[in-house]
Amino acid sequence: MEIKKTSLNKLHQSNHAKFVEFAGYEMPIQYSKGIIEEHKFTRSNSGIFDVSHMGQLFIYGDESLTEELEKIFPLDLKNLKQNCSKYSFLMNEDAGIYDDLIITKIEEGYLIILNAACKDQDFEILSNLLGPKFKMNLDNNRSLIAIQGPKSVEILNSILNGVDKLNFMTGNWFDSDNQKLFVTRSGYTGEDGFEISISNDKAEKFVENLIEKGAQLIGLGARDTLRMEAGLCLYGHELDINKTPVEANLRWAISKSRLSNGGFIGSKKIMNQMQDGASQIRVGIKPEGRLIAREKTKIFNDTDKQIGEITSGTFGPSVNGPIAMGYVDKEFSKVDTKIFLEVRGKKHPANVCALPFYKKNYVKGVN
Amino acid sequence: MSEVKFSKEHEWITLEGDVATIGITKHATEMLGDIVFAELPEKGSNVEKDGTAGVVESTKAASDVYTPVSGEVVDTNQSIVDDPAKINEDPEGGAWFFKLKIKDTSELDTLMNKEEYDKFAKETSS
Repeated sequence: MEIKKTSLNKLHQSNHAKFVEFAGYEMPIQYSKGIIEEHKFTRSNSGIFDVSHMGQLFIYGDESLTEELEKIFPLDLKNLKQNCSKYSFLMNEDAGIYDDLIITKIEEGYLIILNAACKDQDFEILSNLLGPKFKMNLDNNRSLIAIQGPKSVEILNSILNGVDKLNFMTGNWFDSDNQKLFVTRSGYTGEDGFEISISNDKAEKFVENLIEKGAQLIGLGARDTLRMEAGLCLYGHELDINKTPVEANLRWAISKSRLSNGGFIGSKKIMNQMQDGASQIRVGIKPEGRLIAREKTKIFNDTDKQIGEITSGTFGPSVNGPIAMGYVDKEFSKVDTKIFLEVRGKKHPANVCALPFYKKNYVKGVN
Repeated sequence: MSEVKFSKEHEWITLEGDVATIGITKHATEMLGDIVFAELPEKGSNVEKDGTAGVVESTKAASDVYTPVSGEVVDTNQSIVDDPAKINEDPEGGAWFFKLKIKDTSELDTLMNKEEYDKFAKETSS
């Protein structure tokens, strides 16, 4: 199959991107400055991320759409206000996760942002569940651009006046260059920032404008180290079809009002696990010293019994040390529990620690 | 000091008497990206030509470091373990990895000179 390119591909090339294939797309892993510089620039200034490979699914319908979606997602959508977003999951009957996603209530429907590798399957699953009653559009004509970091609000507001009034996890339509952009205050770096949905033909010019104002392009490499420091899950690593939201330590994303009556896909398993606890749970892990424990590293207790596995591990540039996340048996999930990581045949000491590794700077209550 | 020689695994080596100094090439560091971890062989241990003699990790992945010749490890560069970023800054100078007392200097004959290595690096990276 031919590799897909986003509308910013040429701009990446002219900014000396190193490309990798990701979910069938040619995406920039880094630019000339490298992952650490790009990571630090995002934390101190403003980084631009091309996330156009992600799915933008628009679903339109009346109130019955909200009812139907509540049968799928563990969310209180009836009480979700227009332009407000929630983090959620598409699950199977066993509460195994098909995908994690952000759903936003928009006028006459919902916008769901899906992972690139999962979006086609998600569309199929949702189409089957919802039937032909609702108009669904997995929109390939729109790009998705994230701008993240403390200076992002000032930079974006100089182009789209009013974005500074958005609260975290809310959005709205803004006009620019004779077209409507949907902007949400959100992101996946642990920084304040925005995601902008814009038509493909306007995306390059828009990003060039952001660069002129002082923001810089950041690759997927730094996106990964940023999200890990923020303790955020990545589908295919922390999350997959064999993991549930309770095991992933994402109980907070399940609306409390939905737990008493259930009625969403996977609710039985979720309610059982909420009561009895899951046998394994996702934790943060800090190796001692400088050792990096990558995905699939085995985790042991002090009597050499395997108690889990690493799902992501790297060097955290802002933490200035190695960080990891993984699943361990429940009894080893307490903060400060001493564990051992098997790397290159040797066991190295590490500690279970609280997430995030790096404290967030989200904006709440601007208006 | 002898002419710098290069291996296909992107190590460089110089020889002074029977002691060789070994590190990784600038080209290797450019391919790896930001190096954040280095592991060196133990002093006093013996390493075999083309065997692993250390590890470097970038933000992206781990890579083995191989030794282009056999010998006994007589010194290691602790400063790159303490500050792995030095490897990106000065890979073919101050950021050497280890020194070997070598048995058989003829093992160097199979290695590339600078011109040959540059050509090899260009061909294999494109």
